Amino acid sequence: MPDLVSNLGLGFSVALSLQNVALCFLGCLVGTLIGVLPGVGPIATIAMLLPITFGLDPVGALIMLAGIYYGAQYGGSTTAILVNIPGEATSVVTALDGHQMARQGKAGIALGTAAIASFFAGTVATLLIAALGAPLTQLALIFGPAEYFALMVMGLAFAIVLAHGSVLKAVAMILLGVLLAVVGTDLETGQERMTFGFSFLTDGVDFSVLAMGLFGVAEILRNLDSTETRDVMRERIGRLLPSFADLKQATPATLRGTAIGATLGILPGNGAVLGPFAAYTIEKKLAKDPSRFGRGAIEGVAGPESANNAGAQTAFIPLLTLGIPPNAVMALMVGAMTIHGIIPGPGVMTKSPELFWGMIASMWVGNLMLLVINLPLVGVWVRLLKVPYRLMFPAILMFCSIGIYSINSLPTDVIMIGFFGFMGYLLIKFGFEPAPLLLGFVLGKLMEEYLRRSLTLSRGDPMVFLERPVSAVLFIIAFAIVAAALLPSLRKSRDEVFTEA
Amino acid sequence: MKKAFAFGFLAAMTAFAARADSYPQRPITMVVPFAAGGPTDVIARIVAEPMSKVLGQQVVIENVAGAGGTTGITRASQSAPDGYTIMMGHMGTHGAAPALFKGLKYDPAKSFDPIGLAAGTPIVIVAKKTMAATDLKGLVEALKSGGSSINQAHAGVGSVSHSTGVLFDSIIGAKPTLVVYRGTGPALNDLVAGQVDFMTDQIVNVAPQIAGNTIKAYAIATPERSPSLPNVPTTKEAGLPDYQVSAWNAVFAPKGLPEDVRKKLVDALDAAVKDPNATKRILELGGTVPKTEEAGPVALQKLVESEVARWTPVLRSAVEGSNP
Repeated sequence: MPDLVSNLGLGFSVALSLQNVALCFLGCLVGTLIGVLPGVGPIATIAMLLPITFGLDPVGALIMLAGIYYGAQYGGSTTAILVNIPGEATSVVTALDGHQMARQGKAGIALGTAAIASFFAGTVATLLIAALGAPLTQLALIFGPAEYFALMVMGLAFAIVLAHGSVLKAVAMILLGVLLAVVGTDLETGQERMTFGFSFLTDGVDFSVLAMGLFGVAEILRNLDSTETRDVMRERIGRLLPSFADLKQATPATLRGTAIGATLGILPGNGAVLGPFAAYTIEKKLAKDPSRFGRGAIEGVAGPESANNAGAQTAFIPLLTLGIPPNAVMALMVGAMTIHGIIPGPGVMTKSPELFWGMIASMWVGNLMLLVINLPLVGVWVRLLKVPYRLMFPAILMFCSIGIYSINSLPTDVIMIGFFGFMGYLLIKFGFEPAPLLLGFVLGKLMEEYLRRSLTLSRGDPMVFLERPVSAVLFIIAFAIVAAALLPSLRKSRDEVFTEA
Repeated sequence: MKKAFAFGFLAAMTAFAARADSYPQRPITMVVPFAAGGPTDVIARIVAEPMSKVLGQQVVIENVAGAGGTTGITRASQSAPDGYTIMMGHMGTHGAAPALFKGLKYDPAKSFDPIGLAAGTPIVIVAKKTMAATDLKGLVEALKSGGSSINQAHAGVGSVSHSTGVLFDSIIGAKPTLVVYRGTGPALNDLVAGQVDFMTDQIVNVAPQIAGNTIKAYAIATPERSPSLPNVPTTKEAGLPDYQVSAWNAVFAPKGLPEDVRKKLVDALDAAVKDPNATKRILELGGTVPKTEEAGPVALQKLVESEVARWTPVLRSAVEGSNP
């Protein structure tokens, strides 16, 4: 314990230097502003802004980059809430209830709740990393391919609960998502699958392209054909910040979301994407009146947002203690560290303690900055909703196109947004929901990989999934969730849980 | 009117003259065919900085990732040969690609004006910490007798760890089970956790893990030991002199550059790889800077031709072997 205090002391002495506080603030601000652009999530933002950190010393540069990361993550949630475009997998769930709140004139409350829930989750996650970072690394190593596969299966079972329409349609959407995920070059053999000879499909479908099309463009199309719903947001803006009663309602969800997100974030192999989905599922299951979910439930924002931010933070654990990036954003951070001459590895903690602890302390400072930046900004964002739709729609479409083009500089990506937008519009018209499709897409790719890897390692023996205890337990949970949704005897209560009407 | 015309004409002439002898007039784009943050991207950024100083214009990195780097190289190879678009090619895009991608729209040896080698990153043979073999000979023995019971990790068909890994297997004549990962990060994670047995990869990825004693290293596939890993023997010292391989990164331009532009780029790159700061940063990563005989366009052209000849048979048989 005295160790922890002295280490954190060292960390804060680094993070609170005038230069580093300024860099942290700048990173959070720039990250927030760019992350708000539809489709420009943390990965694209960091990649774009990487060069501006070149002139800085490594610690300052990393503090700034980490700030950009949280900022962009938070900015992405803002876009999800305001215009229903999730910038990345983790804000898909925020869009569900957050955007509904915005439509009801409660955009300010949704944004404020997201900011406060994120801050709380960030504080807890920082303490967790500082206190238990090194031992928690072991958790990352227990999880082999079989465990990950089981985890992903459990995640798909969550997807059924995400939907508020018919279970059959939700399952269909999940399967379509999984199918879309396998488009592209087969990892093992290098063969192309379902690319129809198009070279732009050889690397598969990009998540942001799919999300922007299915959510953003489809939402615009849908709004265009229903004049009556169009003016809702413009008329009533409501209060800007959550009231005490709102916060009280959101508190248990925030606590649970933080615990779930922090745990899943430690896992490499993108375990963190499951955090918000899992948090949402649990909130919906625990709620007295689950029908409120999908129609602007404040817990549906607080839970996933805290899970999202806690996961974003604890995802640094494998990077800082092992030197192994658990996801694409962290891989980019490795690149940034390498450019600055620090090659991340198991030795970073002992070799450059001021970097290690400085970064951890700056995480908390960064979260505080985000709160300071975003609470006043809530008013600005909300006022954006007052922009007439005839101006807003073209603007959203333009930003979507610029955003997606800036990621890979591929014109075909822009065309694909249009295609998925049209597809999303048809799906909405026929009563299919895009959220399960996106979860199926995100998990499908990982699932296939882990399934094949575990079977390769077990030389084709499927018993490996049941012989390993962690994997067996996860399978049992998944089975229980599906059984609860499908067993005829439970049908009546299932309908109450899942159906919106 | 007349005056304005004359003025305009004069301005146009000056512009023309300026254009002819003062390339570059605007920023130069360097296409990096991989995502930002990877080893090739890092090397490109290290080299671009001193190149910008020499050329007097910013060299801007544009990451165009996809299809093992061939998306970005294809695009860059089709842009105008005016010196404003150059690219950072590497062992995969200009060596392995013809064997792996049937519809490849460029020829590594014919579609480019080579500028020069930027940096090499040596390949290291690494294994999980609990691997029984104590030296490279032991590993080779184990692989030969153990056959498919040993698991070899790689980061996907066409990746450096895949190409160099199957080259290793073909040289020693072993057939371990190949376990594929999406990128080096997850592969290393499973190697540290002991889920897979061994792999070959670039020094920059594995050196910190070796230093942290989470994995063990058997040999480095270069003629000399690396200052980053002074205790790791070379493959020659360890008894496998035929396994010599390094992931190289080199600058190319679309074919047909004007001679003066080409010369300026060659000189700028030459100055960049000799820049003390850039050299220091490349060496810190465990990379190597080109020796005198390796530098420049002529040596690069030879390297590309020999690499294509070297990888084509090895990779064709490996890829065909995996899908009968």
